[in-house]
Amino acid sequence: METVPQQNTGFVTSKLEEMIGWARKFSIFQYPFVTACCGMEYMATACAHYDVDRFGAGLPRFSPRQSDVLFVVGTISHKIAPVLKQIYDQMADPKWVVAFGVCTCTGGFYDNYSTVQGIDTIIPVDVYIPGCPPRPENVLDGLMKLQEKMQQQKQPM
Amino acid sequence: MSDLATEKNITGNNFPSPQAVKRETMMLNVGPSHPAMHGIVRMIVELDGETVQNADVEIGYLHRAFEKDSEQFGYLQVIPYTDRLNYVSPLINNIGYCMAVEKLFDLKAPERAQYIRVIMSELSRVSDHLTCIAASAMELGAFTVFLYMIKQREEIYQLVEEVTGARLTISYARVGGVKGDLPEGFEAKCHTVIKKTREVLRECDQLLTHNRIFVDRVKNVGIISQKDAISYSMTGPFLRSTGIDFDVRRATPYLVYDRFDFEIPVGSTGDCLDRYLVRMDEMEQSFRIVEQAYKQIPAGHVLVNEQGEVVKGEDLVDAAKMGETEGIVTKSATFDPTLAGYHKDNRAEVGTCNKRAAMPPKEETYSNIEGLMNHFKTVMVGHGTRPPAGEAYQAVEGANGELGFYVVSDGTGTPYRVRVRPPCFTIMAGLHKVVEGDSMADIIASFGSVNMIGGELDR
Amino acid sequence: MQELHLKLKEKFGEDVLGVHNQHGDETIVIKPAALIKIAQFLRDDSEYDMDFLMDLSAVDGLKLGWNPRFQVVYHFFSSKHTHRLRIKIPAADGGSVPSLTGLWAIANWFERECWDLLGVKFDGHPNLKRILLYEEFVGHPLRKDYPINKRQPLIGPGAPKKEAVK
Repeated sequence: METVPQQNTGFVTSKLEEMIGWARKFSIFQYPFVTACCGMEYMATACAHYDVDRFGAGLPRFSPRQSDVLFVVGTISHKIAPVLKQIYDQMADPKWVVAFGVCTCTGGFYDNYSTVQGIDTIIPVDVYIPGCPPRPENVLDGLMKLQEKMQQQKQPM
Repeated sequence: MSDLATEKNITGNNFPSPQAVKRETMMLNVGPSHPAMHGIVRMIVELDGETVQNADVEIGYLHRAFEKDSEQFGYLQVIPYTDRLNYVSPLINNIGYCMAVEKLFDLKAPERAQYIRVIMSELSRVSDHLTCIAASAMELGAFTVFLYMIKQREEIYQLVEEVTGARLTISYARVGGVKGDLPEGFEAKCHTVIKKTREVLRECDQLLTHNRIFVDRVKNVGIISQKDAISYSMTGPFLRSTGIDFDVRRATPYLVYDRFDFEIPVGSTGDCLDRYLVRMDEMEQSFRIVEQAYKQIPAGHVLVNEQGEVVKGEDLVDAAKMGETEGIVTKSATFDPTLAGYHKDNRAEVGTCNKRAAMPPKEETYSNIEGLMNHFKTVMVGHGTRPPAGEAYQAVEGANGELGFYVVSDGTGTPYRVRVRPPCFTIMAGLHKVVEGDSMADIIASFGSVNMIGGELDR
Repeated sequence: MQELHLKLKEKFGEDVLGVHNQHGDETIVIKPAALIKIAQFLRDDSEYDMDFLMDLSAVDGLKLGWNPRFQVVYHFFSSKHTHRLRIKIPAADGGSVPSLTGLWAIANWFERECWDLLGVKFDGHPNLKRILLYEEFVGHPLRKDYPINKRQPLIGPGAPKKEAVK
């Protein structure tokens, strides 16, 4: 990057950003933080029938240090909230968070003493996928929205 | 190290003699966010080398107050919450809860509804066992089986969706019956899926049952004795793997289970292999029950005969909202029975006619004042479905064992107390007995064979 | 074998507070002090042979005006005779009832859950601590006077401020 003359920087960096975004969006290493019912639809999405691998997100990593998208799948109770926060903190930048299912978006119909009313009270969220649980098509839609976001955002390097 | 006696070994190096080494156990934390702990169980394991000396299981990470929530709403509104108890076989939960409320009412669902319940329960059981075996096999490295079985589960989901309108949170059962009749042509589709699932099971059986890699990981691993299993009140495949043939469907028959010829597969040693085999055999028995149920199920309207002028349900509603009620009594509406609830003509077959317990058919609600009042009386706060004061315990055979609903009514429209007897709670309570003495890696196999479902474990 | 609860009443007459057979569920209400004696009898007697303690829970009778406030409910099951029996014992708010951990291993977790959610204490329980909720939680949520959405988060908005680590 240092070799690029000063006056051409704008042109070159925007292309580079695009390329990096393109690379990032098709090599999603996801961390499935699966707690509840939505896990069933997560499994359905990840497996052969809906095949999330078509979107470059076929490799779940079970270590936060290796992953860049945190899929929060299922109800988050107050007991597990600190765990979720810790996992998020352990992930390396750049990182994204997908709130999978209505419980993670808003608490859903669990408006009670034990349930966190939306994980965005604890960690920042990039894409919300509502549904109780969301259908796999809905999940793929959310994933494509995330890819769009990854493509268009300013790429941290 | 200085206080340890050392001795020269053959090579002349100084190594502490085995007797002199101070033996210490190591505490290891597994979970809650661990792929093999299914996200919500934490185990603190005391290890001596690789061997598990002791294990402390901590649960509650998915506690979402099912029992408290059910005390807030009407009896019918609890049904969606029961879906999310055991979300792998939600139909069984639905049916169990509704049966407990029916017991309070001293109601019995119509015969056809009972057969439908049996068919849907057994399909649910198959999808539950498929998920359990698939997930535990994947954790032991058999990824192909996972993909095959989840693909097959997908087909069962599609069947369920056709009947209920949803894939897994279905809310299909109603107090006094089911929401709607089976759709047209469902039986043929069901038989096709059963045939296909049998093929997949045969294939997976060939992949796993005599596969040395798999058998070595599960045979004589995670053994539980009969005595311990009873003391921990374990039920379902876990208990049956120890050789006790307790199955709620046989022991205290409910619905129409006493009319079917089916076997209760049992194991002998109570290890993970036995649990796997019991589950595999149970799926076959479930298919047999479904096939027999189709032979016995009394005929009913699957599609409804229309009389009078037929309008679309939503048009009727719109017209009524606009005040265009002239001649509305002569009209009858068409509804998709899987989406809108049972049709007027087949109400007697799939739902009770007790007006205090069940909602009226939608065309009644939308076309005449009696139906509307009836609907209001069953759903309005302060009215609602009101069983007489009392208490009832109803047990059904869930995929993991005895699933019991203990419902206390105080005569109002809200349950006073709903208690679930969760089958996997008791298994998890005895899990430390199961894993003790095995190696650390065997925890994965043992835990996989529990089929831990967070929704019903923590509620 | 029918009418288990009536037979049991004949045998333990002085310990029995009431019997009923609602919807076919045979139920017997007994004095807490007699619980272990009767439970052991049920388990070991060949006529009853209740080898399973299927369920253990409690009901808070605050809104029904019960005195004492709680009822602990036990569901027994015999796998040999396939019969069920429900036993209920009254428990006062803040009081305690005998623990069945000596007879059934599962009573350990069931009683912990009961204490966690309803605050019924069990005498002689080896490890009576919270099971579904966390140690920091104050109160017992399944009691009728606990508001359903009174949250006690550990982190995030509403959580107690942690002192800065020096």
